[in-house]
Amino acid sequence: MNGFLALLQRDLRLAFRAGGGAALALAFFAAVVTLVPLGIGPDLKLLARIAGGVLWVSAVLAALLALDRLFQADFEDGSLDLIALSPLSLEGVALAKLFAHWLATGLPLTFLAALMAVLYGLPMVATGALMLSLAIGTPAISAIGAIGAALTLSIRRGGLILPLIVLPLAAPAVIFGSGAVLDALNGQASGALLLLSAFSLLSLALSPFAAAAAVRLNLAT
Amino acid sequence: MTTTLMLDNLCLIRGGRLLFSGLSLRLEAGAVLSLEGPNGAGKTSLLRAIAGFLPPASGTITLEREGAVFSDGEERGSRIGWLGHHDGIKPQLTVAEQAAFWAKLYRSASTDGPTVQHVLARFGLAALADAPGQLLSAGQRRRLAFARLVLSARPLWLLDEPLSALDEAGRGQAAEAIASHAAAGGIVMAATHEPLGVACQSITLGRKAMVA
Repeated sequence: MNGFLALLQRDLRLAFRAGGGAALALAFFAAVVTLVPLGIGPDLKLLARIAGGVLWVSAVLAALLALDRLFQADFEDGSLDLIALSPLSLEGVALAKLFAHWLATGLPLTFLAALMAVLYGLPMVATGALMLSLAIGTPAISAIGAIGAALTLSIRRGGLILPLIVLPLAAPAVIFGSGAVLDALNGQASGALLLLSAFSLLSLALSPFAAAAAVRLNLAT
Repeated sequence: MTTTLMLDNLCLIRGGRLLFSGLSLRLEAGAVLSLEGPNGAGKTSLLRAIAGFLPPASGTITLEREGAVFSDGEERGSRIGWLGHHDGIKPQLTVAEQAAFWAKLYRSASTDGPTVQHVLARFGLAALADAPGQLLSAGQRRRLAFARLVLSARPLWLLDEPLSALDEAGRGQAAEAIASHAAAGGIVMAATHEPLGVACQSITLGRKAMVA
């Protein structure tokens, strides 16, 4: 448990120091989300309708930005060998890393999204649904992303292949997440959040094992 | 505290190419082995196989410690102190932060062993404790890697080119660390092209592994 916390703390430090991906991901998210209303024009009704989808897709893309170095940076500088030999199992390593990624991107994105929703004239109740869906759904993005990052860790410019692996798998999160926002906007009762929770739990449960297997495979070459 | 490393009829294949075969070796507690051979002979691959990263094509690698036998790669891994040819040092973190991180990661179960400050001082890094990793020279990075190795408190040390980039004083500190690890009942296996500076056995990997 101490080893888990030590790794979590180190990855968070790296994410927030210069060159870490956290600030970059948040700035990217803010930029994209600001640009869309400028392109679409001041149709508040339309903007409120598309807000959930745009914010969700932007959040997934922003999270991807910070993902490609999740294992690769440690692989390239030799740290991953040392981490693999530590008493912490590779499954524990993957869990610590995906949790650190979520704390550095998913969690701040959830709060930033509530602020950006103002640009789209999203009503209060739908903004609440947006925050709730991001809080529930972004751990799934970190979990799926960790598998992709582990698979591509030894590939040069693996960051370009990563979206091709992660985006299709993240589709359910985007569908249920933006669906929950739309249902709240229309005042309908919604099962989307329940399905999103189920998807998130499933990804979180499977990801450490899949990512650890991918890391083992890459260390053996 | 007895530790024994045994390689039996080991054959390694990497990327479809046979590196060596029929390598048998037995190292008792206190042994220091210098692993020599031309570039590409498989020195690093042998170290990675012992650490459990690279599965051998045939043969067995067994680590015995206090009567318990570890032949599975990941079981062996948790008894191994590793110093690879990459230093594993983060440019954004300070020397003290990195040393403290590795000490916590490796010794989560126990608190015994030398303190971080003590080990940093032993490798001449005390004055650099607050410097970020990006300011370290290649030799200072290597010293930090040695400090991490000592902090890991593992019985079997696997070192890949441990002396590269080290100056005279650094080599002295490295030799002293290796000698005192062996004296305390540990085993050291180092792939190197230059003399380690301590009394050691040596083995040359080539087309045919030879024990001298």
